[in-house]
Amino acid sequence: MTHVLDPDALSDDARALSVPLPPYRDVTRSDSAFRAFLHGLPGVDQVGAEARVAQLGTRSIKTTSKAWAIDTAISMVDLTTLEGADTPGKVRSLAAKALRPDPTDPTCPRVAAVCVYGDLAGVAREALGNSGVHVAAVATAFPSGRASRAVKLADVRDAVQNGADEIDMVIDRGAFLAGRYLEVYEEIVAVKEACGDAHLKVILETGELVTLDNVRRASWIAMLAGGDFIKTSTGKVSPAATLPVALVMLEAVRDFRAATGRQVGFKPAGGIRTTKDAVKHLVLINETVGPDWLDPDWFRFGASSLLNDLLLQRQKLRTGHYSGPDYVSVD
Amino acid sequence: MSVFEYAPAPESRSIVDIAPSYGLFIDGEFVDGTGESFKTVNPATEEVLTEVSAGSEADVDRAVRAARRAFDKTWGPLRPADRGKYLFRIARLLQERAREFAVLESLDNGKPIRESRDVDVPLAAAHFFYYAGWADKLDHVGLGTKPRPLGVAGQVIPWNFPLLMLAWKVAPALAAGNTVVLKPAETTPLTALLFAEICRQADLPAGVVNIVTGAGDTGRAVVEHGDVDKVAFTGSTDVGRQIARAVAGTRKKLTLELGGKAANIVFDDAPIDQAVEGIVQGIFFNQGHVCCAGSRLLVQESIHDEVIAGLQRRIGTLRVGDPLDKNTDIGAINSAEQLARIRELSDIGEAEGAQRWQPACDLPDRGFWYPPTVFTDVSPAHRIARDEIFGPVLSVLTFRTPDEAVAKANNSTYGLSAGIWSEKGSRILRIADQLRAGVVWANTFNKFDPTSPFGGYKQSGYGREGGRHGLAAYLEGADQ
Repeated sequence: MTHVLDPDALSDDARALSVPLPPYRDVTRSDSAFRAFLHGLPGVDQVGAEARVAQLGTRSIKTTSKAWAIDTAISMVDLTTLEGADTPGKVRSLAAKALRPDPTDPTCPRVAAVCVYGDLAGVAREALGNSGVHVAAVATAFPSGRASRAVKLADVRDAVQNGADEIDMVIDRGAFLAGRYLEVYEEIVAVKEACGDAHLKVILETGELVTLDNVRRASWIAMLAGGDFIKTSTGKVSPAATLPVALVMLEAVRDFRAATGRQVGFKPAGGIRTTKDAVKHLVLINETVGPDWLDPDWFRFGASSLLNDLLLQRQKLRTGHYSGPDYVSVD
Repeated sequence: MSVFEYAPAPESRSIVDIAPSYGLFIDGEFVDGTGESFKTVNPATEEVLTEVSAGSEADVDRAVRAARRAFDKTWGPLRPADRGKYLFRIARLLQERAREFAVLESLDNGKPIRESRDVDVPLAAAHFFYYAGWADKLDHVGLGTKPRPLGVAGQVIPWNFPLLMLAWKVAPALAAGNTVVLKPAETTPLTALLFAEICRQADLPAGVVNIVTGAGDTGRAVVEHGDVDKVAFTGSTDVGRQIARAVAGTRKKLTLELGGKAANIVFDDAPIDQAVEGIVQGIFFNQGHVCCAGSRLLVQESIHDEVIAGLQRRIGTLRVGDPLDKNTDIGAINSAEQLARIRELSDIGEAEGAQRWQPACDLPDRGFWYPPTVFTDVSPAHRIARDEIFGPVLSVLTFRTPDEAVAKANNSTYGLSAGIWSEKGSRILRIADQLRAGVVWANTFNKFDPTSPFGGYKQSGYGREGGRHGLAAYLEGADQ
């Protein structure tokens, strides 16, 4: 294993790496051009966005639709543990749960991925093997992102080397809020390069960006820089994934595909704890971007406690009665 | 359409108990009418719901005499604070029986349960709560000291928001100390009759609220009755004109809330996604059966294609069908007559050269249905840009400059409402100042609140409902 601070690994010059897809090739040619582009995106009216998600929140998803939604949601979960106290044992038990979420029911689908800190990616990889359940690792000085570019890139390479095939990076919110958009862009480009074949999810930490206009701009920066997914939050900042934020990010991936032909995935993370929350997100996808995103390749839930609620609701649909917390495994 | 189909989620209709026939509500009692009965149908299925009495001139006279007695003997002399108590009680009862009202409204009118449940009924209750609070504070409304009630109000309401329009009329009238004779629309009498039951449940003194069902003749009898002091009408401009003629030269005060052809103006600096949502809300809310509907979309030419593409994509997700299904966005057209008018005007639009667009959508076999429709390439000279269609039909026009937007928006015989979409505050204020419309919404549309006055310019009528202004219409010694 090469040392993560191998000086050769740091020689990449991010600026030379890539330019955005047409028709946006020239928007990153200078700070001012990029700023003009991002501030030229249509504004978001917060009141209107909130009203829209509130209306969609009244959709009544019952019987067969509910069963479909629960199974689909389970297959979209990035089962996550991101604690200082995480141990190999904890990660192995999470991996076992990812492979068989409901031990009493073999028809229950697997989750999409297990999401851990980079140093535990190897443990997760070993436990999951070639099962098809992905190993996602958070990197780039998660959750604050406050470290030098070199350390962030090393963090990414380390996680990939340890067996992660998905990297969840955080953007530099400080640079974003200071208006240094090109810097944010270049860092994502560099991280994408460092990921190699691993999929890159770009965490915007929308709770720190605060306005929906900022959420839209940051989404575009991440997509232009080559992010495979855009993700709301680290889960360490409140508010995390809210429905208005999800709406704006979904509009962004929709508009980006319409303009460039490239589809980018979306992952809300943090604060989604109940089946009801999950179903609201699925309805939001269905009616904002359509069924193309109703697939674990294009949509994930970053969550830990959500899975057990989905399992309880699934058991309830199957048996006709509610069981209780002892009928699903503790994490 | 999708991998994610929504299973039917119908609201149960077992909560409503529709009698085989209904009489009139006069002097606190349900009585048989002396006119011929008529049927009211569920427009989504054409199923006959029940038979309702048509009030004759004699019935209306009985109702007006009951209202006069109540005004003289009970309601007029009652302490204002006690009037407020009754109104609060009615508001609470509306909330308690909200689901019943919502289901009944959707059955009789065809509107989706999501709207009757989330808009019509809560707003109706809110109107009673709001005016209940004013009942003992009339000296402080700002209409001079000791404003006095007018007496008996004759009120005629339309079929598009049956219970809500009743609340807009009855709540301020009663709070100001008047008594009322109300005629609900011929095709939607049921929630008014259920409201009569609420009046009894609230122990409202007999004769304060009288409900006389019927068609145009019954309405005319209410309007023309010699002992009516005040006429309030919401409905078509044609009928409004007839009423104005009938009332001219009498002592009766009159408020008219008539048609509209509202401009919804989208500037190139608008929040596009929310504007698209607002356009949909503006014209497809309640199947477009809304007098203040944003039926003329004025979109800046530079963003026309983008907005139309977004609009078509969004309209493709609208769910048309069973009004009682909780996921339905667009319900049934209220009557065969209205459906015929929508079809006729749409056909004229096409014949005049506008482009008709409708999403692929399955409509039920029975009942009255019309798909959401967008006309592009509409010129201000086309009839679909001038006449009120009162259906889910949007006419799209373009403009190049703010002045052109204002000129086109104001180029209408109506002036009820308008919408402005822009992220630029200074533009909104400047444009709003120049629009000749009673209500101007900025970055929203079709938002209602009991504290906010509502009413029109030009052929959209006169007088205001809602807010303190709404009380002025029912008080003497107070200018509107």
